[in-house]
Amino acid sequence: MAIAVTRPQARAAFMNRSRWMGILLLIVGLLMFLLFGRGLEPGQEATFGLNPGKDSQAIAIPDLTLPVQPALYALIMLTLFLGGWQLARGFRSAGAVLGIASFFFVTAFLTWAARGKSFNLVGMLSSSLVRATPIALAGLCGVVCERCAVINIAIEGMMLTSAQAAVVVATLTRNLYLGLLAAMLTGAILSAVHAVLSIRFRVDQIVSGTAINIFGAGATSFISARFLEKNVDLLNNSGTFPVVSIPLLSKIPILGPIFFENGIIVYLMFILVVVVHIVLFYTPWGLRTRAVGEHPRAADTLGINVFLTRYVNVIAAGMIAGIGGAYFTIGSVGRFDEIMTAGKGFIGLAAMIFGKWNPFGTFASSLIFGFADSLQIKLQILRVPIPSEFLLMAPYLVTMIVLAGVVGRAIPPAADGQPYVKE
Amino acid sequence: MSTRGGESREQPQPTAVKRKVVWSQAFQAVLVPALAVLTALIIGAVVIAITDAAVVAAYRNFFTAPGKALAATWQAVRTAYGALFQGSFGNPQELYQAVKVYVATKETGPLWQALWPITESLVAATPYILAGLAVALGFRCGLFNIGVEGQFFMGALASAYIGYRLTTLPTLVHLPLAVLAGALGGALWAAIPGYLKARTGAHEVVNTIMMNWIAFRLSDWLLNGPMKAPGYRPITPQIEPTAELPRFFPAPLRLNVGFLLALATAAVVYWFLFKTTTGFEIRTVGANPRAARYAGMNITRNFVLAMVLSGALAGLAAATQVLGVDHWVGQGFSAGYGFDAIALALLGKSHPLGVVLASLLFGFLRGGATRMQSLAGIPIDIISIIQALVIVFIAAPDIIRWLYRLRAGRGIEELVLTRGWGG
Repeated sequence: MAIAVTRPQARAAFMNRSRWMGILLLIVGLLMFLLFGRGLEPGQEATFGLNPGKDSQAIAIPDLTLPVQPALYALIMLTLFLGGWQLARGFRSAGAVLGIASFFFVTAFLTWAARGKSFNLVGMLSSSLVRATPIALAGLCGVVCERCAVINIAIEGMMLTSAQAAVVVATLTRNLYLGLLAAMLTGAILSAVHAVLSIRFRVDQIVSGTAINIFGAGATSFISARFLEKNVDLLNNSGTFPVVSIPLLSKIPILGPIFFENGIIVYLMFILVVVVHIVLFYTPWGLRTRAVGEHPRAADTLGINVFLTRYVNVIAAGMIAGIGGAYFTIGSVGRFDEIMTAGKGFIGLAAMIFGKWNPFGTFASSLIFGFADSLQIKLQILRVPIPSEFLLMAPYLVTMIVLAGVVGRAIPPAADGQPYVKE
Repeated sequence: MSTRGGESREQPQPTAVKRKVVWSQAFQAVLVPALAVLTALIIGAVVIAITDAAVVAAYRNFFTAPGKALAATWQAVRTAYGALFQGSFGNPQELYQAVKVYVATKETGPLWQALWPITESLVAATPYILAGLAVALGFRCGLFNIGVEGQFFMGALASAYIGYRLTTLPTLVHLPLAVLAGALGGALWAAIPGYLKARTGAHEVVNTIMMNWIAFRLSDWLLNGPMKAPGYRPITPQIEPTAELPRFFPAPLRLNVGFLLALATAAVVYWFLFKTTTGFEIRTVGANPRAARYAGMNITRNFVLAMVLSGALAGLAAATQVLGVDHWVGQGFSAGYGFDAIALALLGKSHPLGVVLASLLFGFLRGGATRMQSLAGIPIDIISIIQALVIVFIAAPDIIRWLYRLRAGRGIEELVLTRGWGG
């Protein structure tokens, strides 16, 4: 339900969206000057490491060294120029301008934070991708569900439960792939419950999702307290997927260590992004799915089985969430801790909305969240004088700003969240 | 659109018949929740049994000694639920003895000891009532406030701050001030997602969840920095005695005026929702925003108002807990009240009386669960599992009707809880 905000006509003519954006950019530029531009010692340099570490197969290249003061002034001037141009003439794509300005801001911030020090850029970008993986998988799960009009806020609970299932099965069988399979199965089962509740029983989908989230948190904590804590080596110590380097590609400097030296779950995520995109937009099944999501009655009239489409999609989405859950245990630390997903499922939903219900968009926005996540850890190491708690808030604040529609309005599938009643 | 509104199709009927209809409606309204709780408890018993080592061992020889297996099951469930009962109501025999001692010797010690469990259950129910009312009020306006958890936290910090910071005030000024501060803290925290929802359509579910995480981080920072008490633990200082809610019984018993405050608030919320114009507007916006707009109601204002009031109730819940029970705030203070509150509002069908009854039930469950954990070694998280099941059964009454072969209830008001992403 849209709430139309009607502005007076005269004001709308001059102060339109584009001009507001220009003012915003000018403020960002000013902020950059106030925050980073003052009190710099001339001649200071910031070193950005471009080689991840000893283990990497990438060809070593020299590190990037920037003179801090000129670099910062250049970035500030560029941002102010963008803002001025946007105010006066307006760029065609406001989103792109905002993206460039954010890039300038982040670069300026990193240069400022790394002044007089060395900062491993490639290492941070690589960990951004790893941290983005569960968010992207959660977002994909959301895309697959919501394209057929089933809202799924249970992703958090599904990931938490499958994370536990993965580590327990992997530890018991000493086989990580069986653990991954168990995680997918667990995700599918919980998703099937959500599907039955919201399709067959037409339960409010958000309530059903909340119930699954509470169940996930309760059940995993219960099992943890009752079994895992006492038998850590027997049940909760699986080891993790090894890093797989893709031959040749991993030798490319910068890109190689970021994209081609990862665990299997990261590669699975890449594959799934592409597969979901192709299935949604280039196959009959995808067309049906989207039809069911936009106008189920019309789809039904054309002979598409609305219920079957929804069941299949929601359960498949649960498997994707299961892979995302497996990342937390067998993909990264090799053991289960209570409530270890820490809201990543919800951030995945935000990534989905930010990505406008498209697989690639979802992936791109999850990268932003992953970047924010890994940035705050790196900044703690650099001892930036900001309390770490505030840096930890950043991803959540970004989510809220994104949801408030800074980058244009996100439009969900038309029938999203409505149960279908066959006539 | 589902059938709704028992009020509208009321025809002139003889009073006797009318009274009978009212009673049968009340019976219908109570029947499904009661059966839902019962079913959830039965499933909880199954979970307890199958995760018990002794029971599982007994079932290995089920075919040779079936009696033993059943006995072991009965033993496990009886120990668990027996501890649950004793923990929530107390030991009847002990109480009887204590009363006898009191009548004979006027000694109150044993009496207070015997009353400890039941008063503790009421203490546990106090924040539940208020937090449940918070979610229920949101539901009535079509808003799903998952942020009660964060609002609770902010309310707790606000009222603790007033409680320990202001000294040399008389109780009559200090106590109301501290209570109000709690309500205000929660209200402010809820106002942000309410405003965002009204202004930009950003869905309150994701935003309130983000606000929860921000609240947790903020409180981490406050408890380790500005609000930290001297010493090594991350807690606030003790509040002044002038800000404490008076207690009914001597020292170890913690039942306080907060319980009465919660009951009174429930009555006020009932009056507000069903007897005032603003309450009517809120309910209309919740039931059908389009109709509300045609009737000239301001949807934006009602969204923000409902959210603010909901947050204020959550903050009030926290204030009773801080000022009446704990007298300080530490990390992990809120212990999932926000999520329990969702179950409470659903169980109570978003009606203040229903919420009070549901809260008493949960209070007794929670009071007992602590004892169940210490006596029978059952992790307290079993309560979360039971709660999730209760939510599912309440939200999908068809499951309960199918299980117990009930006929579909008619004329019961069906509540529209949430809708879509608000796109």
